[in-house]
Amino acid sequence: MAAQPGETGATAGTPIPKAQRAVFWNDPRVRGIFYQIIAVALIGGAVWWLASNTIANLNARNIATGFHFLGREAGFEIGENLIDYSPADTYFRALLVGVLNTLRVAVLGIILATLVGTIIGIARLSKNWLIAKLASIYVEVVRNIPLILQLFFWYSLITEFLPGPRDALNPMPGVFLSNRGLKFPLLAHEFAYDLALLLFAVGLIAAVVVGRWATKRQDATGRHFPTIWVNLGLIFGLPIVGWLLAGAPLTFNAPSLQGFNFVGGASLSPEFSALLLGLVIYTAGFIAEIVRSGIQAVGKGQTEASLSLGLTKGQTLRLIVMPQALRVIVPPMTSQYLNITKNSSLAVAIGFPDIVSVANTTLNQTGQAIEGVAIIMAVFLTISLSIATFMNWYNKHIALVER
Amino acid sequence: MKYRYLAAILGAACGTLAALPALAGPTLDAVKARGEIVCGVNTGVAGFSAPDSRGEWKGIDVDICRATAAALFGDAKKVKYVGLTAAQRFTALQSGEVDVLSRNTTGTLTRDTSLGLNFIAPNFYDGQGFIVAKKLGVKSAKDLGGATVCVQQGTTTELNMADYGRANKIAFKPVVIEKVEETVATFFSGRCDAYTADASALASVRSTAASNPDDYVILPEIISKEPLGPMVRHGDDQWFDLVKWSFMAMLEAEEYGITTANVDEMLKSNDPNVKRILGVTEGMGKALGTSEKWAYNIVKQVGNYGESFDRNVGANSPLKLDRGLNALWTKGGLMYGWPIR
Repeated sequence: MAAQPGETGATAGTPIPKAQRAVFWNDPRVRGIFYQIIAVALIGGAVWWLASNTIANLNARNIATGFHFLGREAGFEIGENLIDYSPADTYFRALLVGVLNTLRVAVLGIILATLVGTIIGIARLSKNWLIAKLASIYVEVVRNIPLILQLFFWYSLITEFLPGPRDALNPMPGVFLSNRGLKFPLLAHEFAYDLALLLFAVGLIAAVVVGRWATKRQDATGRHFPTIWVNLGLIFGLPIVGWLLAGAPLTFNAPSLQGFNFVGGASLSPEFSALLLGLVIYTAGFIAEIVRSGIQAVGKGQTEASLSLGLTKGQTLRLIVMPQALRVIVPPMTSQYLNITKNSSLAVAIGFPDIVSVANTTLNQTGQAIEGVAIIMAVFLTISLSIATFMNWYNKHIALVER
Repeated sequence: MKYRYLAAILGAACGTLAALPALAGPTLDAVKARGEIVCGVNTGVAGFSAPDSRGEWKGIDVDICRATAAALFGDAKKVKYVGLTAAQRFTALQSGEVDVLSRNTTGTLTRDTSLGLNFIAPNFYDGQGFIVAKKLGVKSAKDLGGATVCVQQGTTTELNMADYGRANKIAFKPVVIEKVEETVATFFSGRCDAYTADASALASVRSTAASNPDDYVILPEIISKEPLGPMVRHGDDQWFDLVKWSFMAMLEAEEYGITTANVDEMLKSNDPNVKRILGVTEGMGKALGTSEKWAYNIVKQVGNYGESFDRNVGANSPLKLDRGLNALWTKGGLMYGWPIR
């Protein structure tokens, strides 16, 4: 067969005599490797130049370098901490407090934004004109106002319009709402609660086992098992039974006003609430659109076919539409989860001590800006890559549905 | 996949290191070539540095930069002001974004050394205090146990408060906010029981930001020493000298009674000190590497230290602060100009 014009010898199946081969620098593979070496050399050179230049400048100005400061006493207070912290602790522990605060707002933000966003996204497709319009207005308003302004809005709403702690709103016994935040009673420590918590975990594991078993049996025999009801019973029933057996105690650690502020109970600070509220409301606007587009991406024929096969509306949504919609929804959702995490760094503007806030204080007290910023970046990179890895795993998992 | 992560890390590393300028020549040469001084100031503390109704920066910290510009260029207006938050200020000076940081900054040992900066001289002796709403009935900082306190981020204030709390076994709950305006607004909204800052800044806040200044009291305790003054970065001693002596000239001018109004008359003075300060006897300008009229220009365009104080924070300003520690040494204060000779 004669070679077509434009067809190179290398693609033909039969081996070609050596003499006919192009010289090595015209070989695309050799060229590819060559360009990659050049690219790596350029990047490496740039990094080396920046690093050596930075170190030289730092030395010239006698600026301290290195991470030794992490072991020194921090000396500043942090307003909110999930783990014990005092000014006598190290910078490392202070930064850890910041990281945990960031994780707290990011994890809660992701869960709540997904819930709110999904509801709004489905509402946008509602046949009810009013609901659909309200959902559209929500999305358009929320998406088009910068997040930092929304944060200031929520924060000033909480601090300006709620009364001081001495005239706190008291909607039900033990619950106080003031410009110091929401204070509510917490269950005091009792054996019964520990038992209930343990049984809750046991119930969760049992639920997963039952779910797997039921799916297997249905695949093998076609017999349906009421998994949802049994699992709800396992997850919530077991702890309640345990609590009743332990004597059903009900003791609360209620907040009370002492001096300037409330003591005891649990609290949601205005800073945390404003940040969470702002992040959830803002991101839910984007998630709503992702959910809407995902559902609309599933062909109408799928629903019609499913209904004509005798599946109920609920089954159609759960078994036919959602699995297909999720394939469209999950990848952009990952970006939104990353956005929540990264946007949580705006916390410093409204006084929530997240990692950026604590690291800013640290780098300001130690003067080691490069190390401080490097820590902030490493923390966000780690969190973001973890989220991305998990979401990619989940995406692959659901993508298997495709045949 | 692995390589993508590696690339991300490399990219991140590049971003950090690029935060410093490629090359930093001596500051004085750069300033001369540019034709103006870039001066890092506070984003808004009335009396220290804040833009007035016409957008012109005013305050005793601003006057340091104006005096330096008058000494170097003969024109106090050749200054570009950059408003900096407390958290930004040192990085801005270290990285060369500003030539001088005149932003009510406290001189401390670590700031003077490991930050790579040099503290010039205090242009305001201050101390940290607390302001609270009068209706709380608090009489002393020691009564503040359990109180929520608003504080600006990246200040010695943050550390002093923690130190004071530890020393007196008082637990404070801080709300740490980046910008001074937001911090003050949050305090006045009632979110915090107290606001802590340098006493002068508290006076400034009470007179300018409170809806009714009489509803707030500044507590009597001064819990720290805060020598506030301008800073420059290591590496250009000539520039350090120029800023330092521009300030000293303001002090010396006050001590010898030279003011904006009488400076032209003073040129005829027989006092050898005055003659040296105003450049009638030559040599001082040459030693500083600028014109012999350097101090004359400072007094003519900016005024002496006392005039600057009165105009910005003292008797002729809304703050009405006493000279106190900031009076000249001859009047029982700590302001002590070094001899210009």
